[in-house]
Amino acid sequence: MSVALDIVTIAAISAGALFFLAGTVGLLRFPDPLTRLHALTKADNLGLGLVVLGLLPQAGSLRDGLKLVCVWLLVLLAGATVSQLIARAALASEASDQRGEFL
Amino acid sequence: MTIAAALEIALAVLVLGVAVWTIAARETFVAVVGFVAYGLLLALVWVRLDAVDVALTEAAIGGGLSGVLLLGAAARLRTTEVRAAAEAPGKILRIGAALLSAMVAAALAAGVLLLPDPAPTLAPAVAANVAATGLGNPVTSVLMAFRAMDTLLEKIVLLLALIGVWSLAPDRVWGGHPGPRHQADPLGVLAYLARLLPPVGIVVGIYIFWTGADQPGGAFQGGTILAAMWLLVIMAGLTDAPPVSRRWLRLVLIAGPAVFLLVGLTGLLMGGAFLAYPVAYAKPLILTIEVAMTLTIAVTLGLLLAGAPERSAGR
Repeated sequence: MSVALDIVTIAAISAGALFFLAGTVGLLRFPDPLTRLHALTKADNLGLGLVVLGLLPQAGSLRDGLKLVCVWLLVLLAGATVSQLIARAALASEASDQRGEFL
Repeated sequence: MTIAAALEIALAVLVLGVAVWTIAARETFVAVVGFVAYGLLLALVWVRLDAVDVALTEAAIGGGLSGVLLLGAAARLRTTEVRAAAEAPGKILRIGAALLSAMVAAALAAGVLLLPDPAPTLAPAVAANVAATGLGNPVTSVLMAFRAMDTLLEKIVLLLALIGVWSLAPDRVWGGHPGPRHQADPLGVLAYLARLLPPVGIVVGIYIFWTGADQPGGAFQGGTILAAMWLLVIMAGLTDAPPVSRRWLRLVLIAGPAVFLLVGLTGLLMGGAFLAYPVAYAKPLILTIEVAMTLTIAVTLGLLLAGAPERSAGR
Protein backbone atom coordinates (compact mmCIF):
# COMPACT_ATOMS: atom_id res chain seq x y z
CA MET A 1 0.00 0.00 0.00
CA SER A 2 2.75 2.44 0.88
CA VAL A 3 4.50 1.61 -2.40
CA ALA A 4 1.36 2.62 -4.29
CA LEU A 5 1.16 5.85 -2.25
CA ASP A 6 4.82 6.59 -3.03
CA ILE A 7 4.20 6.06 -6.74
CA VAL A 8 1.23 8.45 -6.61
CA THR A 9 3.40 11.00 -4.80
CA ILE A 10 6.23 10.78 -7.30
CA ALA A 11 3.87 10.93 -10.28
CA ALA A 12 1.90 13.92 -8.98
CA ILE A 13 4.98 15.89 -7.91
CA SER A 14 6.68 15.22 -11.26
CA ALA A 15 3.58 16.46 -13.09
CA GLY A 16 3.51 19.52 -10.82
CA ALA A 17 7.19 20.19 -11.52
CA LEU A 18 6.43 19.96 -15.25
CA PHE A 19 3.78 22.67 -14.91
CA PHE A 20 6.20 24.84 -12.94
CA LEU A 21 8.74 24.39 -15.74
CA ALA A 22 6.13 25.29 -18.35
CA GLY A 23 5.13 28.38 -16.39
CA THR A 24 8.73 29.52 -16.01
CA VAL A 25 9.49 29.00 -19.70
CA GLY A 26 6.38 31.01 -20.51
CA LEU A 27 7.48 33.76 -18.12
CA LEU A 28 10.84 33.98 -19.86
CA ARG A 29 9.69 33.65 -23.46
CA PHE A 30 6.31 35.35 -23.81
CA PRO A 31 6.35 38.85 -25.30
CA ASP A 32 4.30 41.05 -22.96
CA PRO A 33 3.10 41.15 -19.32
CA LEU A 34 -0.41 39.84 -19.95
CA THR A 35 0.74 36.66 -21.68
CA ARG A 36 3.41 36.14 -19.02
CA LEU A 37 0.76 36.37 -16.30
CA HIS A 38 -1.22 33.77 -18.18
CA ALA A 39 1.76 31.42 -18.09
CA LEU A 40 2.40 32.07 -14.39
CA THR A 41 -1.13 31.11 -13.36
CA LYS A 42 -0.49 27.62 -14.70
CA ALA A 43 2.41 27.23 -12.28
CA ASP A 44 0.38 28.63 -9.40
CA ASN A 45 -2.86 26.71 -9.80
CA LEU A 46 -2.03 23.41 -11.46
CA GLY A 47 1.65 23.11 -10.51
CA LEU A 48 1.20 23.75 -6.81
CA GLY A 49 -2.09 21.84 -6.77
CA LEU A 50 -0.43 18.71 -8.15
CA VAL A 51 2.49 19.06 -5.73
CA VAL A 52 0.06 19.35 -2.81
CA LEU A 53 -1.93 16.39 -4.16
CA GLY A 54 1.29 14.39 -4.28
CA LEU A 55 2.22 15.34 -0.72
CA LEU A 56 -1.18 14.42 0.73
CA PRO A 57 -0.45 10.66 0.94
CA GLN A 58 2.77 11.51 2.80
CA ALA A 59 1.06 13.76 5.34
CA GLY A 60 1.11 12.32 8.85
CA SER A 61 -2.49 13.04 9.76
CA LEU A 62 -5.72 14.55 8.46
CA ARG A 63 -4.79 17.87 10.08
CA ASP A 64 -1.47 18.05 8.22
CA GLY A 65 -3.25 17.23 4.97
CA LEU A 66 -5.81 19.98 5.56
CA LYS A 67 -2.98 22.42 6.30
CA LEU A 68 -1.37 21.55 2.94
CA VAL A 69 -4.68 22.17 1.14
CA CYS A 70 -5.05 25.49 3.01
CA VAL A 71 -1.58 26.52 1.81
CA TRP A 72 -2.66 25.81 -1.77
CA LEU A 73 -5.90 27.77 -1.39
CA LEU A 74 -4.09 30.78 0.10
CA VAL A 75 -1.55 30.75 -2.75
CA LEU A 76 -4.46 30.60 -5.22
CA LEU A 77 -6.08 33.61 -3.58
CA ALA A 78 -2.89 35.64 -3.49
CA GLY A 79 -1.92 34.66 -7.05
CA ALA A 80 -5.33 35.51 -8.48
CA THR A 81 -5.47 38.91 -6.77
CA VAL A 82 -1.92 39.87 -7.70
CA SER A 83 -2.40 38.75 -11.32
CA GLN A 84 -5.45 40.99 -11.63
CA LEU A 85 -3.62 43.96 -10.12
CA ILE A 86 -0.54 43.49 -12.33
CA ALA A 87 -2.73 43.07 -15.41
CA ARG A 88 -4.61 46.29 -14.71
CA ALA A 89 -1.36 48.17 -14.10
CA ALA A 90 0.07 46.75 -17.35
CA LEU A 91 -3.05 47.77 -19.30
CA ALA A 92 -2.95 51.25 -17.79
CA SER A 93 0.71 51.72 -18.65
CA GLU A 94 0.10 50.42 -22.19
CA ALA A 95 -2.75 52.88 -22.64
CA SER A 96 -0.71 55.82 -21.41
CA ASP A 97 2.22 54.71 -23.61
CA GLN A 98 -0.04 54.74 -26.64
CA ARG A 99 -1.27 58.18 -25.72
CA GLY A 100 2.38 59.26 -25.67
CA GLU A 101 2.34 60.36 -22.03
CA PHE A 102 5.14 59.90 -19.57
CA LEU A 103 4.46 57.52 -16.64
CA MET B 1 26.61 12.46 -3.24
CA THR B 2 23.17 12.23 -1.70
CA ILE B 3 20.17 14.04 -3.11
CA ALA B 4 20.01 16.24 0.00
CA ALA B 5 23.60 17.38 -0.50
CA ALA B 6 22.98 18.11 -4.19
CA LEU B 7 19.87 20.11 -3.24
CA GLU B 8 21.82 22.14 -0.68
CA ILE B 9 24.59 22.92 -3.16
CA ALA B 10 22.00 24.00 -5.73
CA LEU B 11 20.34 26.20 -3.09
CA ALA B 12 23.65 27.81 -2.13
CA VAL B 13 24.50 28.53 -5.78
CA LEU B 14 21.01 29.98 -6.27
CA VAL B 15 21.34 32.24 -3.22
CA LEU B 16 24.70 33.55 -4.43
CA GLY B 17 23.33 34.04 -7.95
CA VAL B 18 20.31 36.02 -6.73
CA ALA B 19 22.57 38.12 -4.48
CA VAL B 20 24.87 39.00 -7.39
CA TRP B 21 21.84 39.77 -9.58
CA THR B 22 20.38 42.06 -6.89
CA ILE B 23 23.63 44.03 -6.60
CA ALA B 24 24.13 44.24 -10.37
CA ALA B 25 20.56 45.43 -11.05
CA ARG B 26 20.36 48.87 -12.64
CA GLU B 27 16.95 49.94 -11.38
CA THR B 28 16.00 50.20 -7.73
CA PHE B 29 12.71 48.38 -8.28
CA VAL B 30 14.49 45.40 -9.90
CA ALA B 31 16.96 45.27 -7.01
CA VAL B 32 14.11 45.25 -4.47
CA VAL B 33 12.43 42.33 -6.27
CA GLY B 34 15.75 40.47 -6.16
CA PHE B 35 16.06 41.28 -2.46
CA VAL B 36 12.63 39.77 -1.70
CA ALA B 37 13.51 36.61 -3.63
CA TYR B 38 16.82 36.48 -1.75
CA GLY B 39 15.00 36.69 1.59
CA LEU B 40 12.73 33.79 0.67
CA LEU B 41 15.65 31.64 -0.49
CA LEU B 42 17.46 32.41 2.78
CA ALA B 43 14.38 31.17 4.63
CA LEU B 44 14.81 27.85 2.80
CA VAL B 45 18.49 27.80 3.83
CA TRP B 46 17.48 28.28 7.47
CA VAL B 47 15.04 25.37 7.21
CA ARG B 48 17.83 23.16 5.85
CA LEU B 49 19.93 24.22 8.87
CA ASP B 50 17.09 23.10 11.21
CA ALA B 51 16.46 26.66 12.43
CA VAL B 52 12.73 26.82 11.65
CA ASP B 53 12.01 29.76 13.99
CA VAL B 54 14.66 31.83 12.22
CA ALA B 55 13.27 30.69 8.85
CA LEU B 56 9.77 31.92 9.84
CA THR B 57 11.19 35.28 10.91
CA GLU B 58 13.30 35.58 7.75
CA ALA B 59 10.33 34.84 5.50
CA ALA B 60 8.08 37.27 7.38
CA ILE B 61 10.52 40.15 7.87
CA GLY B 62 13.19 39.69 5.20
CA GLY B 63 10.85 38.54 2.46
CA GLY B 64 7.71 40.35 3.51
CA LEU B 65 7.99 43.53 5.53
CA SER B 66 11.44 44.59 4.33
CA GLY B 67 10.25 44.06 0.77
CA VAL B 68 7.25 46.35 1.28
CA LEU B 69 9.43 48.95 3.00
CA LEU B 70 11.98 48.92 0.16
CA LEU B 71 9.27 49.00 -2.52
CA GLY B 72 7.83 52.11 -0.89
CA ALA B 73 11.29 53.66 -0.78
CA ALA B 74 11.92 52.73 -4.44
CA ALA B 75 8.62 54.37 -5.42
CA ARG B 76 9.55 57.57 -3.59
CA LEU B 77 13.00 57.61 -5.20
CA ARG B 78 11.77 57.05 -8.76
CA THR B 79 11.89 60.75 -9.65
CA THR B 80 15.50 61.10 -8.52
CA GLU B 81 16.74 57.82 -10.01
CA VAL B 82 18.39 59.36 -13.09
CA ARG B 83 20.27 61.94 -11.03
CA ALA B 84 21.31 59.29 -8.49
CA ALA B 85 22.67 57.05 -11.26
CA ALA B 86 24.89 59.93 -12.44
CA GLU B 87 26.43 60.10 -8.97
CA ALA B 88 27.15 56.35 -8.72
CA PRO B 89 30.66 55.47 -7.49
CA GLY B 90 33.34 54.72 -10.11
CA LYS B 91 34.45 51.29 -11.25
CA ILE B 92 37.61 51.17 -9.10
CA LEU B 93 35.67 51.94 -5.93
CA ARG B 94 33.10 49.28 -6.73
CA ILE B 95 35.76 46.64 -7.48
CA GLY B 96 37.49 47.55 -4.21
CA ALA B 97 34.21 47.15 -2.31
CA ALA B 98 33.58 43.79 -4.00
CA LEU B 99 37.06 42.54 -3.06
CA LEU B 100 36.64 43.70 0.55
CA SER B 101 33.23 41.95 0.81
CA ALA B 102 34.68 38.76 -0.69
CA MET B 103 37.55 38.83 1.83
CA VAL B 104 35.13 39.29 4.76
CA ALA B 105 32.97 36.41 3.44
CA ALA B 106 36.07 34.21 3.10
CA ALA B 107 37.19 35.08 6.64
CA LEU B 108 33.73 34.20 8.01
CA ALA B 109 33.65 30.93 6.05
CA ALA B 110 37.13 30.04 7.33
CA GLY B 111 36.06 30.85 10.89
CA VAL B 112 33.03 28.55 10.65
CA LEU B 113 34.81 25.71 8.82
CA LEU B 114 37.78 25.76 11.25
CA LEU B 115 35.58 25.30 14.34
CA PRO B 116 36.51 22.22 16.38
CA ASP B 117 34.28 19.20 15.94
CA PRO B 118 31.97 19.16 17.96
CA ALA B 119 31.67 22.96 17.94
CA PRO B 120 31.41 24.70 21.33
CA THR B 121 27.72 25.22 22.07
CA LEU B 122 25.35 25.93 24.95
CA ALA B 123 22.61 23.73 23.48
CA PRO B 124 23.04 20.85 26.00
CA ALA B 125 22.82 23.34 28.90
CA VAL B 126 19.60 24.78 27.40
CA ALA B 127 18.14 21.32 26.81
CA ALA B 128 18.87 20.38 30.43
CA ASN B 129 17.04 23.42 31.81
CA VAL B 130 14.12 23.81 29.40
CA ALA B 131 11.82 21.87 31.69
CA ALA B 132 12.13 24.56 34.38
CA THR B 133 10.44 27.13 32.13
CA GLY B 134 7.47 24.89 31.32
CA LEU B 135 7.95 25.47 27.59
CA GLY B 136 8.59 22.82 24.95
CA ASN B 137 10.40 24.96 22.36
CA PRO B 138 14.04 25.58 23.42
CA VAL B 139 14.27 28.68 21.19
CA THR B 140 11.36 30.34 22.97
CA SER B 141 12.77 29.39 26.37
CA VAL B 142 16.10 31.01 25.45
CA LEU B 143 14.35 34.14 24.12
CA MET B 144 11.88 34.55 26.98
CA ALA B 145 13.65 33.08 29.99
CA PHE B 146 17.40 32.55 29.73
CA ARG B 147 18.12 35.68 27.64
CA ALA B 148 14.97 37.63 28.45
CA MET B 149 17.04 40.78 28.98
CA ASP B 150 18.09 40.79 25.30
CA THR B 151 14.49 40.38 24.14
CA LEU B 152 13.36 43.24 26.38
CA LEU B 153 16.06 45.52 25.01
CA GLU B 154 15.19 44.52 21.41
CA LYS B 155 11.58 45.57 21.90
CA ILE B 156 12.70 48.93 23.28
CA VAL B 157 15.00 49.34 20.26
CA LEU B 158 11.97 48.77 18.01
CA LEU B 159 10.20 51.61 19.80
CA LEU B 160 13.22 53.88 19.36
CA ALA B 161 13.25 53.06 15.63
CA LEU B 162 9.58 54.03 15.42
CA ILE B 163 10.27 57.33 17.17
CA GLY B 164 13.09 57.88 14.68
CA VAL B 165 10.65 57.37 11.78
CA TRP B 166 8.11 59.74 13.38
CA SER B 167 10.78 62.40 13.79
CA LEU B 168 10.88 62.73 9.98
CA ALA B 169 7.45 64.41 10.01
CA PRO B 170 7.30 68.09 9.05
CA ASP B 171 6.31 70.39 11.90
CA ARG B 172 2.84 71.20 10.61
CA VAL B 173 1.72 67.53 10.47
CA TRP B 174 3.36 66.50 13.74
CA GLY B 175 1.34 63.75 15.35
CA GLY B 176 -0.82 63.26 12.26
CA HIS B 177 -1.77 60.27 10.09
CA PRO B 178 1.23 58.32 8.82
CA GLY B 179 1.59 57.84 5.11
CA PRO B 180 -0.75 58.84 2.27
CA ARG B 181 -4.47 58.08 2.27
CA HIS B 182 -4.69 55.00 0.12
CA GLN B 183 -7.57 54.81 -2.32
CA ALA B 184 -8.73 51.67 -4.03
CA ASP B 185 -11.88 50.70 -5.87
CA PRO B 186 -14.17 49.48 -3.04
CA LEU B 187 -15.59 46.87 -5.43
CA GLY B 188 -12.18 45.94 -6.80
CA VAL B 189 -9.82 43.04 -6.33
CA LEU B 190 -7.57 44.62 -3.69
CA ALA B 191 -10.54 45.52 -1.48
CA TYR B 192 -11.84 41.98 -1.94
CA LEU B 193 -8.53 40.51 -0.78
CA ALA B 194 -8.42 42.94 2.15
CA ARG B 195 -11.83 41.70 3.26
CA LEU B 196 -11.14 37.99 2.72
CA LEU B 197 -7.58 37.51 3.92
CA PRO B 198 -7.36 39.36 7.29
CA PRO B 199 -9.68 36.95 9.19
CA VAL B 200 -7.53 34.03 8.00
CA GLY B 201 -4.35 35.99 8.65
CA ILE B 202 -5.38 36.95 12.17
CA VAL B 203 -6.13 33.33 13.06
CA VAL B 204 -2.80 32.20 11.56
CA GLY B 205 -0.92 34.98 13.37
CA ILE B 206 -2.43 34.20 16.76
CA TYR B 207 -1.84 30.48 16.16
CA ILE B 208 1.83 31.01 15.32
CA PHE B 209 2.27 33.13 18.47
CA TRP B 210 0.45 30.56 20.65
CA THR B 211 2.20 27.52 19.26
CA GLY B 212 5.62 29.13 19.78
CA ALA B 213 5.56 27.74 23.31
CA ASP B 214 6.07 24.18 22.09
CA GLN B 215 6.68 24.32 18.32
CA PRO B 216 8.58 26.71 16.06
CA GLY B 217 6.87 30.07 16.19
CA GLY B 218 6.63 32.84 18.72
CA ALA B 219 5.48 36.36 19.45
CA PHE B 220 7.62 38.06 16.82
CA GLN B 221 6.47 35.95 13.87
CA GLY B 222 2.84 36.11 14.98
CA GLY B 223 3.03 39.87 15.47
CA THR B 224 4.52 40.30 12.00
CA ILE B 225 1.60 38.46 10.39
CA LEU B 226 -0.90 40.58 12.33
CA ALA B 227 0.96 43.73 11.21
CA ALA B 228 0.81 42.52 7.60
CA MET B 229 -2.96 42.05 7.80
CA TRP B 230 -3.40 45.55 9.24
CA LEU B 231 -1.22 47.01 6.48
CA LEU B 232 -3.24 45.17 3.82
CA VAL B 233 -6.45 46.73 5.12
CA ILE B 234 -4.81 50.18 5.17
CA MET B 235 -3.41 49.79 1.65
CA ALA B 236 -6.80 48.76 0.28
CA GLY B 237 -8.24 51.98 1.63
CA LEU B 238 -10.73 50.20 3.88
CA THR B 239 -9.37 52.01 6.91
CA ASP B 240 -6.97 54.83 7.57
CA ALA B 241 -3.80 54.66 9.61
CA PRO B 242 -4.61 56.27 12.98
CA PRO B 243 -2.94 59.57 13.93
CA VAL B 244 0.22 58.82 15.86
CA SER B 245 -0.80 61.21 18.64
CA ARG B 246 -3.73 59.03 19.72
CA ARG B 247 -3.40 57.93 23.33
CA TRP B 248 -4.67 54.36 22.79
CA LEU B 249 -2.09 53.87 20.05
CA ARG B 250 0.76 54.99 22.28
CA LEU B 251 -0.52 52.84 25.16
CA VAL B 252 -0.53 49.75 22.93
CA LEU B 253 2.98 50.61 21.72
CA ILE B 254 4.43 50.68 25.23
CA ALA B 255 2.29 47.79 26.55
CA GLY B 256 4.78 45.09 25.54
CA PRO B 257 7.96 46.54 27.05
CA ALA B 258 5.98 47.87 30.04
CA VAL B 259 4.58 44.43 30.95
CA PHE B 260 8.04 42.96 30.41
CA LEU B 261 9.61 45.55 32.73
CA LEU B 262 6.88 45.06 35.32
CA VAL B 263 7.43 41.31 35.40
CA GLY B 264 11.17 41.91 35.60
CA LEU B 265 10.84 44.27 38.55
CA THR B 266 8.45 41.86 40.29
CA GLY B 267 11.09 39.18 39.84
CA LEU B 268 13.60 41.54 41.44
CA LEU B 269 11.36 41.97 44.49
CA MET B 270 10.30 38.34 44.86
CA GLY B 271 12.97 36.19 43.24
CA GLY B 272 16.04 38.24 44.00
CA ALA B 273 17.10 38.97 40.40
CA PHE B 274 15.74 41.16 37.59
CA LEU B 275 13.55 39.05 35.25
CA ALA B 276 13.68 36.01 37.55
CA TYR B 277 10.49 33.99 37.18
CA PRO B 278 9.25 31.94 40.15
CA VAL B 279 9.31 28.37 38.80
CA ALA B 280 5.65 27.67 39.57
CA TYR B 281 4.48 30.73 37.60
CA ALA B 282 7.10 30.71 34.84
CA LYS B 283 4.83 29.68 31.95
CA PRO B 284 1.85 31.97 32.80
CA LEU B 285 4.21 34.92 33.23
CA ILE B 286 5.96 34.19 29.95
CA LEU B 287 2.62 33.89 28.14
CA THR B 288 1.39 37.18 29.62
CA ILE B 289 4.53 38.94 28.43
CA GLU B 290 4.17 37.34 24.99
CA VAL B 291 0.55 38.42 24.57
CA ALA B 292 1.45 42.05 25.31
CA MET B 293 4.53 41.78 23.11
CA THR B 294 2.61 40.34 20.14
CA LEU B 295 0.22 43.29 20.19
CA THR B 296 3.05 45.79 20.52
CA ILE B 297 5.09 44.18 17.75
CA ALA B 298 2.07 44.12 15.42
CA VAL B 299 1.31 47.81 15.93
CA THR B 300 4.99 48.85 15.89
CA LEU B 301 5.80 47.04 12.64
CA GLY B 302 2.59 48.32 11.04
CA LEU B 303 3.44 51.90 11.96
CA LEU B 304 7.07 51.49 10.88
CA LEU B 305 5.87 50.57 7.43
CA ALA B 306 3.13 53.20 7.33
CA GLY B 307 5.89 55.76 7.54
CA ALA B 308 6.28 59.23 8.93
CA PRO B 309 3.17 61.37 9.49
CA GLU B 310 2.13 63.14 6.27
CA ARG B 311 -1.36 64.40 7.00
CA SER B 312 -2.47 66.41 10.00
CA ALA B 313 -4.61 64.74 12.63
CA GLY B 314 -7.58 66.99 12.11
CA ARG B 315 -8.57 65.44 8.78
